[in-house]
Amino acid sequence: MMLILFLVMISAYLLGAFAALLSGRGAVGRGLVSAGAAVGSAAGLALGVLVIASGFPLTFTSARLLPLTGVALRLDGLGAFFLVVVGLVGCAAAIYAFGYSAQYAGRYSLRLLGVMFNLLLLALSLQVMADNALTFLVLWEAMSLTAYWLVLTEHDQRGTVRAGVWYLAMTHAGFAALIAMFLLLSGAELTTSFASMRAGAALLSPGSRNVVFLLALFGFGAKSGIIPLHVWLPMAHPVAPSHVSALLSGVVIKMGIYGLVRVLLDLMGGGPAWWGGVVLGVGAVSALLGVLYALMEHDLKRLLAYHSVENIGIILIGIGAGLIFHSYGLMTLAALGFISGLYHTINHASFKGLLFLGAGSVLHATGTRNMEEMGGLIKRMPWTALFFLVGSVAISALPPLNGFVSEWLVFQSLLGGSNIPTPEVAVVMPIAVGILALTSGLAAACFVKAFGITFLAIPRSREAEHAHESPPSMLAGMALLAIACVALGLAPFVVVPALGRVLAGLGGLPDTHAVFSLNLSLVAPNNFASMSPTLVALGLLFLLGLVPLVMLIFRVNRRWRVSDSWGCGRAGQTSRMEYTATAFAEPLRRVFAELYRPTKELSIDFHPDSKYFVQSIEYRSEITPWFEKVLYGPLLWFIRFVASLVRRLQSGSVHIYLFYIFVVLLILLLIARWS
Amino acid sequence: MTGYLLEISQALMALALAPGLVGFVRWWKARLQGRRGAPPWLVYYDLRKLFGKEVVISKNASWLFRFTPYLVFSSTLAVTLLVPLIAAPLPFDRVGDLLLVVYLLLLGTFFLALAGLDPGTAFGGMGASREMTIAAIAEPTIALSIFGLAVGAGSTNLGRIVAQTLAHPGAAISPGHLLGFAALFIVMLAETGRLPVDNPSTHLELTMIHEAMTLEYSGRYLALIEWAAALRLLIFFSLLANMFAPWGVATTLTPVAVSVAVIALIAKLGALGLVVALLETRLAKLRLFRVPELLAVSFVLALLAVTSSFLLR
Amino acid sequence: MSLFAKIWRTPAVTEAVGQDPEAQVAVVARQIGERARKLFGRSLHIVEVDAGSCNGCELEISALGNPYYDMERFGLHFVASPRHADCLLVTGPVTRNMAEPLKRTYDATPDPKIVIAIGDCAINCGVFKDSYAVVGGVDKVIPVNVFVPGCPPEPVDILRGILSALDRLPRK
Repeated sequence: MMLILFLVMISAYLLGAFAALLSGRGAVGRGLVSAGAAVGSAAGLALGVLVIASGFPLTFTSARLLPLTGVALRLDGLGAFFLVVVGLVGCAAAIYAFGYSAQYAGRYSLRLLGVMFNLLLLALSLQVMADNALTFLVLWEAMSLTAYWLVLTEHDQRGTVRAGVWYLAMTHAGFAALIAMFLLLSGAELTTSFASMRAGAALLSPGSRNVVFLLALFGFGAKSGIIPLHVWLPMAHPVAPSHVSALLSGVVIKMGIYGLVRVLLDLMGGGPAWWGGVVLGVGAVSALLGVLYALMEHDLKRLLAYHSVENIGIILIGIGAGLIFHSYGLMTLAALGFISGLYHTINHASFKGLLFLGAGSVLHATGTRNMEEMGGLIKRMPWTALFFLVGSVAISALPPLNGFVSEWLVFQSLLGGSNIPTPEVAVVMPIAVGILALTSGLAAACFVKAFGITFLAIPRSREAEHAHESPPSMLAGMALLAIACVALGLAPFVVVPALGRVLAGLGGLPDTHAVFSLNLSLVAPNNFASMSPTLVALGLLFLLGLVPLVMLIFRVNRRWRVSDSWGCGRAGQTSRMEYTATAFAEPLRRVFAELYRPTKELSIDFHPDSKYFVQSIEYRSEITPWFEKVLYGPLLWFIRFVASLVRRLQSGSVHIYLFYIFVVLLILLLIARWS
Repeated sequence: MTGYLLEISQALMALALAPGLVGFVRWWKARLQGRRGAPPWLVYYDLRKLFGKEVVISKNASWLFRFTPYLVFSSTLAVTLLVPLIAAPLPFDRVGDLLLVVYLLLLGTFFLALAGLDPGTAFGGMGASREMTIAAIAEPTIALSIFGLAVGAGSTNLGRIVAQTLAHPGAAISPGHLLGFAALFIVMLAETGRLPVDNPSTHLELTMIHEAMTLEYSGRYLALIEWAAALRLLIFFSLLANMFAPWGVATTLTPVAVSVAVIALIAKLGALGLVVALLETRLAKLRLFRVPELLAVSFVLALLAVTSSFLLR
Repeated sequence: MSLFAKIWRTPAVTEAVGQDPEAQVAVVARQIGERARKLFGRSLHIVEVDAGSCNGCELEISALGNPYYDMERFGLHFVASPRHADCLLVTGPVTRNMAEPLKRTYDATPDPKIVIAIGDCAINCGVFKDSYAVVGGVDKVIPVNVFVPGCPPEPVDILRGILSALDRLPRK
């Protein structure tokens, strides 16, 4: 059964890719591409669920497919969980792509888009099954490169190529770190299977273990977009087609999380407390700065991309807490930390996927990503608005949707910090609690802005005025993820035990599938707290029905009439009188002015006859991109400097190059002779 | 069974008491200004009148505008089922803890801010922006105060915290508790829109925070929102009263204990109401951009509270 | 602290309802209390529209809120938005510029509502009569329930006006 699903998954993806190659434009071609991807991811989803439910890993090896070592695939619980994440978002994105990619016909290469989309999904699905270093690295590179092509789809738009270059550079810096890490882990032999690495990791010296940790954090962190390695993320995710953005933000960056858990917990079996502390700290900084930069964004997709940085931070807070507890042997709390991180992973995949698809619909309808030109879309695109609202509530961590559940778990695992024996370490936890709370409050503010400015009030441009609802396939894709958001929020008593089972045995974690949930409630260790999102949702629904009913019984006046908005009686209301996204975020920009360092530029043109009449006012304000200036500025300068030195060797003359080759060969031969 | 009955009657009692509490604070303020003031029960008449009036809706508003009052009211009412007003522990204690209480209140704020943006007026947007700013900055203080209480009591569930403080009265005067109380008190002023953060009786749109979002509401919708705001005040007062000074809360479900608890609750609410009225007489409203400084003070207090409860444990 | 010491020493300065039955405030107050209770359930929220007044009437209206008259004790309360209001107090001759906003304010107020025109200007434009800048009395623009004459009317007169407006409003 599992094997059939596995083969169905692979062949569906490959057929989808072939269909894209052969057909090209028409609706049939797009349909086949989407169908291949959708069937493939659905099969992957089913396979993942099946493996988690049965507890039996699926293995598949072939020595022929890859030189040196052969392909080694093994789908265990952890991999299966991430396969579910891939399948969920992939399926929704594939269905959505059918409608969305229609607009590309004739403008961009649908062929390339379809092939790369299917191959990316295939690479992602196999990635989580990789069971030796070389398979892992090859698939990792396949994932990075297919994603690169997808980012470049709209290659003639401003900023796309630049974003692609940044992405490629950062992802390869990370890739280099990963190669080094695996070399260290496997004793310089990339053919080593994960099983022998698991055994060998304990024998490494503490120093090289620490280096492995730092390399893993850098390599996987560059993929996840942790701060300060995040700069490529807000560039690359927005310029990709929206269903690809959903996949990039929802799934691809989660591979960094997968890698961290796989290497740090599974292969290395945990480490000293400071590892966890570093992960926690990086997570906290990423979460807070991510949301703060998101607040200042008025490009809808860039805003969502910065929220990905934030949510990766929240996931890492959970995982970091788990690592800290793990180092003190507090295994139940450690499991809670990892569970909260992984739960937030699938939650973030579903709501960020949903939000990117929603943003894509808005882009599709209005042709712009700039929030200041939107407004009033809730009346023109009611379904998109509803789905986007679900996503917004979920990502703001408001009950009873899924974001709240996983953040509650993260909070509970941090609150468990009082069990840590050393007070110096324990004191880290309340600070993380404060940062996490600030982050979630700011996220709520940010999504009031994102939803309110985009969908509510009066349209701010002609395009927004004439916006239209998306085709059914796009709505279906969003609906799938919206349902996932609701379901993951209402059924933690299914998800949490499943995660407990997934984590059992990794790095010595106990099987906690029955520890954190009791009937419909979630329970923190030591009976520290209990909460049931299911009952809360039911209660809210009940009250939402009861209140109007009671009002009906008491014969409340039910008349209503429509009138103008109240604007102190002024004659006309235009969209220029509305609050803008910039204005909405202004108080927070002032509060955090130390971070943003906003620059202001005000130029006023007066009437030539009298300076009491203003002809035009131009106001320009920007926040200082701190990281790019302070961190990447010097780095880029250094790279350019080195490159200019290297250039001296390259004269362009073939004779000189022949001479280089001759000298190098000579030296190599001499070395070989003497060694 | 009695537990569930008590739970429901507690929510009904909160509903009934909340407008009176608002009126009581207003009455005290009037007396302190040398006025006779409106009787405390005037707010009940206000609500009855509003329920009897028609609703005027902006032509720009969407379904969200009409849905929000019900959601705000329901989510706030749901919180009254979770907070131990007169007895602890109650059966719904398992359903939610202090974090849920905070996030349910934030859910109401979230939708109210959206509804403020919906009619497309500048005032609504201004209110929404300010309210979300303050809510966001107040959030860490609340979370840390919860942390401080929870570490002391070994639980974030409200009933357990109350029971724990009742069992160990000495904990109530520990530095962690006192600092946490001070921090939460400041946040309460911000979250319920009282001076010096927001002026509940202002008529000037430019100085408004909470009221600017509700300028477009009328009739029954306004009644629901005002009632929810009153409930919010009552919830924060009773959190302050019962988390930090839980005496009087019934631990057994005998008629005597419950009636004592009701009287104790009313006395505590009255005392806090008086304190707020005194403060509002004494304090001027802060500039909006000075509010974060006040909240930063409360954040530091909360951080100290947690640290001390960690180290003195 | 000295603030509170002073508050403690100063008695409530509001005219008591019962003490001096001759006092006009007291009589009007009692009547308002009763009528308002019948109609608006004792609470009457007022929004004030200045349609072009010289601000003389505004001074008298704002005197209603001071501790001496303290109209809040009768359930009268000024609000910020006509959406919250039951009653419009309109002052001044309606200028051309304010005619439209006045209409809009009336339209924005939910039913049932009453309109009270305060001061001579609001009735027949007073000294501004026949000016090119005024449209006319308030009743030229929106239906008025009660006129309160005076230039400006005393606060007690305004209270009395509110009272008779409550009388005239048809029961719904």
